[in-house]
Order: sequence, then C-alpha cells, then structure tokens
Amino acid sequence: MSDVVDRVKRIVIDRLGVDEAEVTLEASFKDDLGADSLDVVELVMELEDEFDMEISDEDAEKITTVGEVVAYIQSHT
Amino acid sequence: MFASLEGKKALVTGASRGIGRAIAIALAEAGADVAINYSGSEAAAAETAAAVEALGRRAVLVKANVGKADEFEAMVKDVIDQLGAIDILVNNAGITRDNLIMRMKEEEFDQVIETNLKGVFNGIKAVTRPMMKQRSGRIINISSVVGVLGNPGQANYVAAKAGVIGLTKASARELASRGITVNCVAPGFIQTDMTDKLPEDMKASLSAQIPLARLGDAADIANAVRFLASDAAAYMTGQTVHVDGGMYM
Repeated sequence: MSDVVDRVKRIVIDRLGVDEAEVTLEASFKDDLGADSLDVVELVMELEDEFDMEISDEDAEKITTVGEVVAYIQSHT
Repeated sequence: MFASLEGKKALVTGASRGIGRAIAIALAEAGADVAINYSGSEAAAAETAAAVEALGRRAVLVKANVGKADEFEAMVKDVIDQLGAIDILVNNAGITRDNLIMRMKEEEFDQVIETNLKGVFNGIKAVTRPMMKQRSGRIINISSVVGVLGNPGQANYVAAKAGVIGLTKASARELASRGITVNCVAPGFIQTDMTDKLPEDMKASLSAQIPLARLGDAADIANAVRFLASDAAAYMTGQTVHVDGGMYM
C-alpha cells in the first residue's frame, strides 16, 4: 500500500518538478500540480512502465488526482 | 560532417521507389540506419535496402499499409524491436488517383485521403509515444507544391497534400515542448515513376512554369529531408520547405 504511494509520489515529483509536500492524495494534477494535458499523458506512460501495466486511454482520462492513480494501480495489479 | 545523422535510426514510408528511396539512401549516407517501408513491391524495396547496406548502414524491410492505424502501429513496434529506436520518421508514402471532380468516384477520393493524409496522422500518432519518452524526435512529412498551388484533375491529392501542411503545424505545436520537431517538405515536379507517366508535351508545359526550367531530381528532396532530420535544423518546427525550382514563392 504505502509502497505504491511512495513510488507514485516519486514519479510525480520527478516528472512535474513539484515539492513533496504538495503531492497529497487529494492533489489534482492539473489544478494543484500545474500539469498540462501532455504532462498527464507522460505521467501515465511512466506509471505504466514503473508498475508494468497498461492503462487504457478511457481510464487515463478519468484519473485526475494522485489518490485516484494510487487506487487504480492497487486495483489493477 | 554537416547534417550528420551518425547513430540515428530512421523509418521512411513508401521507400521502395522514387523520392522515398532517395530519402532512405540520403539518410544512410548521413550515417543513419534505415527501416524501409513498402506496401506492394518487395523487390523494389530490397533494392533500396541493398543501396543502404552498400553504404555500411543497417537496413530493415517493413511491409505495411500506412493508411491502416493498426498496421502502422505494428510496424513502429517492429522497427523499434529491430533497430532499438526511431529518431526520425519520414512520412513519404503517397498515391494518386487523378480525375476531374465531375468524374471522381468516392473511392478515388477516399483512397488518396486514406494513404496520403490519414497515413501521415497514423505515423505521427504511432511514434509520438516512443519519441516523447526519448524527449527527442524528428518527423518530416512530404507534401507537394500542388497542395499550395492547386492543380486541376487532382482534387483528392491536392486536398490531402494541403492537409499534410496543416497537420504538420498542429503536431509541431503539440509536440514542441517534448523536443519533437515536425516539418514538411513540398516537392515540385520531380523525375520519378509518378511523373514519367506524363505525356511529353505536358512535361514541356510544366517545365515552362518552373523558374529553374527543369524537373527536379529525387535527390533534391532527399537533401532537404536530411537537413530537417539533423541537428542543423534543431530550431525549425512547423515549417514547409519548398523544393520546387521556384514554382511557389
């Protein structure tokens, strides 16, 4: 559980160049972390590699917060 | 070497003959390994591959109909498996189904749009993901002078080639922040199988419209593509380079 959270947070911090403190489970990629739509696509690609899974475009579009990513990964791995 | 492509991996569509073959060879001369896409003639594609290999570069043959998204997608995976990456994509494949608008059948219009315009979109879409991961890439689309000037009897071809210029600009803006440049080359009348079919009197009247007063050579187009594929063109994106003896200026 916490392992997934830590790995997701590390990728988000690395990819979006934000402070660790900003990356809460409630944080929205676009509204709180300053990501544009291409950033989100890249983030999804990196998460797919990290967790060795495929996230469909339809599912990816529904993901807006850090917590939603974590929940998605936990229910699909 | 100016415009060196040493160590780069390129995919050229429609590379079995004509301008595509010249591009594949020019990229190999600059140092790139080249994947040669073809749809029909494997024997002609093999000749292109032999020319690339004669320059000491790797050549791989990949058959696909660029107008089909799944075939393009599978081809890109195949090329990355074989060459390790795609740094340069040249969307060159094109067909003609010339006819006057009154006589043009729906399928003639659709076929040309599918290969010449949607084929370019399929290519851009298929390489975007690997190029975004690399944070670098060069996409070069082949348009045509008639896409800018228009031409009677080629409504389908002209529409597709003008579309390629717009598609180039949209994708250049979308991908610029990821280090991927997208540019376009618009050839004029070039000596190839496609133009050899034209009657002599038409060739003569065409030449009369060209300020440099002769048909171009496929190598003239290949030189422009090589430049756009190299670091020498790093600060250019969304542009159309007109290589047409001055027809459009």
